[in-house]
Amino acid sequence: MTFWTYRRRDNLVGYLFVAPALLGSIAFVLVPLALVGWYSLNEWNVLGGTFEFIGAENYERLLADEKLRDSLVATAWFAGGLVVLNLSLALLLAVLLNQKLRGTTLFRTLFFSPVLVSLVAWTLVWQLMLQPEGSVNGLLGFFGVDGPNWLRGESTAMVSVIVVQVVKNVGLNMVLFLAALQGVPAPLYEAAKLDGAGAWTRFLRITIPLISPTILLTSIITIVGSLQVFAQIAVLTQGGPGTSTTVLIYYLYQQAFQFHHFGYGATISVLLFAIVAVLTLVQWRMRRKWVLHES
Amino acid sequence: MSRKVWLYGLLCLLCVPFVFPTWWMVTSSMKPIGEIFSVSLLPSDWTFSTYSQVFELQPFGQQYWNSLYIAVVVTIGTMVVAAMAGYAFARIRFPGQNALFVVVLVGLLIPSEVTIVPLFQLFQQLGLTNTHWPLIIVPIFGAPCVLAIFIMRQFFIALPAELEEAARMDGLGRAGIFYRVALPLSRPALGAVAIFTFLHSWNLYLEPIVYLSTPDMFTLPQALTQFVDIYGGPMWNVQLAAATMTAVPILIVFVLAQRQFIEGLAHTGVKG
Repeated sequence: MTFWTYRRRDNLVGYLFVAPALLGSIAFVLVPLALVGWYSLNEWNVLGGTFEFIGAENYERLLADEKLRDSLVATAWFAGGLVVLNLSLALLLAVLLNQKLRGTTLFRTLFFSPVLVSLVAWTLVWQLMLQPEGSVNGLLGFFGVDGPNWLRGESTAMVSVIVVQVVKNVGLNMVLFLAALQGVPAPLYEAAKLDGAGAWTRFLRITIPLISPTILLTSIITIVGSLQVFAQIAVLTQGGPGTSTTVLIYYLYQQAFQFHHFGYGATISVLLFAIVAVLTLVQWRMRRKWVLHES
Repeated sequence: MSRKVWLYGLLCLLCVPFVFPTWWMVTSSMKPIGEIFSVSLLPSDWTFSTYSQVFELQPFGQQYWNSLYIAVVVTIGTMVVAAMAGYAFARIRFPGQNALFVVVLVGLLIPSEVTIVPLFQLFQQLGLTNTHWPLIIVPIFGAPCVLAIFIMRQFFIALPAELEEAARMDGLGRAGIFYRVALPLSRPALGAVAIFTFLHSWNLYLEPIVYLSTPDMFTLPQALTQFVDIYGGPMWNVQLAAATMTAVPILIVFVLAQRQFIEGLAHTGVKG
C-alpha cells in the first residue's frame, strides 16, 4: 500500500468515524438552534394555533419584561452563589481528604454519594426536610434555633435551592480537585518550607497556581451547569415565592410549556444561549491570565 | 494528635448534610405518614406497606424498566459514538478536521433546554412523542454526547504515537488500530464516559415531562413526583419508598466499585 492510498483511506475512515456525531450535531443542535432563532421572530401560540412573523417584537418584549429582569437577577444570584459555595467547599473537602489520615476513603465515599442519588429523589427528600416542621428545623431545634419556613421565604428559598444543589454535586468537583492536589509535586512544598513559608502561604503560592487548570475546568462546568438547573427548582419552589427562584431556564419552561408562548420561549432560549456562550468564551480567555500552565 | 481529632471532628460534621438525607429517606419510607415530620432517626413503628403501595399506585416496575433500559442504551450508544469521533478528532488527520470539531463543540455551549422547543416540534411531526425515541436518540447523537467526545479526544491525544506505528507495521489498517489498540487502552476514559452518561440519562427530568404523557411510558424521576392520594395530596412516605428504590441500587453498585469509579473520573478530569 503506498503512502497516498493510505492517506486517502485514512481520510475516509476519519470522515466515517466523525459522521454519527457530526450528523447528530447538525440534526439535534445546529438546526434546532437555527429554528430557535427563527421562532423567536414569530408570534407562536400553540393553543391558539397562530404562527405569525412579527420581526423583533419578541425581543422588544424581552427588554420590557419585568419578570425577565427578576429572572435574570435570580439567575445571577443562583449561579454566583452556587459556584462560590461549590468550588470553595469542593476545595476544602479535597484538602481535608488529602491529609494523611486513616479513613479518608470512607469520607470520600460519603461526600461523593449524593452525586449518585437520583436527582428528583434527592430533591424530594430535601423538600420534605425543609418543611417548617421538617427535620432541618427539628435538628436546629436541638440547638435552640427556631428555623424559618425555608421554601416560603424569598431569601431562604434561594439559599435552600443553592445548598441542596451544592450538596448534591460538590462530590464531583471534590474528586477532580483531589486528583489535582495529588499531582502537585511534594518537593515544591518542602522547598517552600525550608524558605520559611507557612501553610497558608504554601497553599496560596503553590497549591492554587498548580491546580489552576482544574479550577478553570470545574468553574466552567459548574457555571454552565448552574444555568441548566431545572428539576430542583421545579420540585422545590416552582420558581417561588413570587419570582425569587425563577431562574432563566424555569422562566423559559413556564413561557413555552405552561403558557404555550413558543415564540417568546424561543426568544428566551436565544438569550440563554448567548449568556452561556459569552460566559464560556470569557472564561476560556481568562485562562491565559491566571492559569499557570496548560497540559 | 489533637490535630487529628480536630480533623476527624470537622470531617464528621461536614458529612451530616451528605449522609443524613439518604438515611432519612430510607428510614422515613418505613415510617407511618404521621411520623414523617418528626426528628427520629428510626421509625417507631416499622411499616413496609409503603413499598407495595408504590406498585399499586403506578406501573412502577414498568417505569423502572423504562429508566433502566433507556439509560443503558444511551450509555452504550454514547460510548460508541464518542469513542469513534474522539479517536478521529485526536489521531486521524483529514481535511476540514478542525472546522468539523468546532461544529461539534457548539453542542457543549447549548443547554439542552434551549433547543427543546424545536426538538419537541420535530418529534411531534415524526409522531414520536410519548415514545422513548427522543430520550434515546438526542442524548446519543446530540448535545449531551459532546462532553463525552471531548473526554475521549483528550484521552486519545495523550496516547503515544509509537503504539500506532507498531500496529501499522504489523499490517493493521486504521479501523483495526482503533479497534484493537486504541479502544482497549481507553478503558479508564470510557468508564468515566459511561458513568457520566448513565447518570445524565437516569436523572433526566425536563425531557420526559415534555415528551411523555402516559404513566406506563414515564421514567423514574417523573414517576416519583406523581404519588398522590385520591384528593391530590402527596403521599410522602410512598414517595420516599419509591425514591429509596431508585437510589439504593445505584449507591450499592457505587460502594462496591467506588475505587475504579472515583479514580476513573478523577484522571479524566485532570487530562480534560
